[in-house]
Amino acid sequence: MDFSHMLFIAVSSIFISNFVLGQFLGICPFIGVSKKIDSALGMGMAVIFVMTLASTVTYLIQKFLLVPYQMEYLQTIAFILVIASLVQFIEMFMKRHMPALYQQLGIFLPLITTNCAVLGVAILNTKFLWADGTPLNFIESVWNGAMAGVGFTLALVLMAGVREKLETADLPESFKGLPIAFLSASLIAVAFLGFSGMKIM
Amino acid sequence: MDSSIITATVSVGAIGAVLGAVLAYASKVFYVEVDPKITEISEILPQANCGACGYPGCSGYADAVASLKCDINLCTPGGQGVIDKIAKIMGVEASSADPMVAYAACNGTKENAKDRFEYYGVKNCSSAVYISGGHKQCEYGCLGFGDCVEACNFDAIYIDEKSGLPVVDDEKCTGCRACVDACPKGVMKLMPKGSSTFLACNSKAKGKEVSDACSVGCIGCKICSTPKVTPNGSIKMNGDLPEMNYKIEEDYTAVKYKCPKNCFIDKGDFLKSPELIEQEKAEFKQKEAEAAALAKQVALEKAAAAKKVSE
Repeated sequence: MDFSHMLFIAVSSIFISNFVLGQFLGICPFIGVSKKIDSALGMGMAVIFVMTLASTVTYLIQKFLLVPYQMEYLQTIAFILVIASLVQFIEMFMKRHMPALYQQLGIFLPLITTNCAVLGVAILNTKFLWADGTPLNFIESVWNGAMAGVGFTLALVLMAGVREKLETADLPESFKGLPIAFLSASLIAVAFLGFSGMKIM
Repeated sequence: MDSSIITATVSVGAIGAVLGAVLAYASKVFYVEVDPKITEISEILPQANCGACGYPGCSGYADAVASLKCDINLCTPGGQGVIDKIAKIMGVEASSADPMVAYAACNGTKENAKDRFEYYGVKNCSSAVYISGGHKQCEYGCLGFGDCVEACNFDAIYIDEKSGLPVVDDEKCTGCRACVDACPKGVMKLMPKGSSTFLACNSKAKGKEVSDACSVGCIGCKICSTPKVTPNGSIKMNGDLPEMNYKIEEDYTAVKYKCPKNCFIDKGDFLKSPELIEQEKAEFKQKEAEAAALAKQVALEKAAAAKKVSE
């Protein structure tokens, strides 16, 4: 495990190619659950949780099932199947054994079961190659999943902060609601574009 | 047939079958027993998720009712029908719902309440509050831009032009609390539909401060909470502001006219001129004096009669 690699992944996933603002994955929850900071945080935590788990499982699936049997072309469908069932399983498990955590994350979990950002992180994990041509190893994949979730949470909370302020702004009638939300989202994305000069992955 | 099709079908099918089996097994292992009452009550509720009951959505309310955490008559939109059905499930007797309606607990009209400055900003209360708490000198008073009107889905509130205060149409109001949540000052409150008198002040400030800001603000004199004025004890002081308990029946005529600041008003009085209220108050005082004089006379007569008998 290389510490510089870990830092690399963290900065890259959170800021440079932020899943929402840099790669435009997971726009649905980004617009849907960003009206209040509270719910944005809840959603963010659930996404971090699911992305970390999804990265773990899909890495194993890729390494021990798809690659040995030359079935990489089934990646998308296999990942979706596995992630969806995993989230379902976790939901049931949490409901039984961790009711407190379930109360916190429960309502958000089904929302992100087959979210494209979750599938995105799983597939991008398998595509990435370091400069020397080696792919991400297991720990790096899991770490990348967690950091992608953190980046997603950051984007969601930023957006929720902006939208809470927008509630009281004096806007022309035609801009109220979603239009101004989309415009603000694009401006935040432009701001994040500033990181792209440091592109490393 | 190309063998890759078979491989793909079989392997995806196998993954699906395995995961399906695991999930089916897990749903048994991790089965959480849900009170069947919760499901039954959920089915009865209107599923409007309006929050009038004070719980987040209908399922939250169903949960609370089934676990006996709250009364069964809190669902305003459902009406009596829903209450009866819930009562049947819970095996308790149905108590009738007391429909609630909103009212504005502030009588700070343009004449009554002073302004600190002129506000030229965005014309809604939630924005006005950002400028040092709003333009009214009273920290607790209605700002009058009508966020409550915006919030109301039933067209039940309008801002009276002369007074600049919200007026609620009881017939249209469903007691859904949308305006209560929308008001940044907490002026909008709920009261039972059947009741008429309410406290038209929201100020928790001390007497002097209130008098400086508003001519009809509650100064916390506690007259209304004395047993002489409210013998049944329906008004209790909460700090410097009285609180009305609508569950206790009470004749509020005395409260209304005894209040030195005329803070208690009837729904119909909301837009009455101060002169008219003063006049009514004087009439009441006169009547009270007459009644007192009459009582005194009766007592005197009685005493005289008693004296006669004893002689």
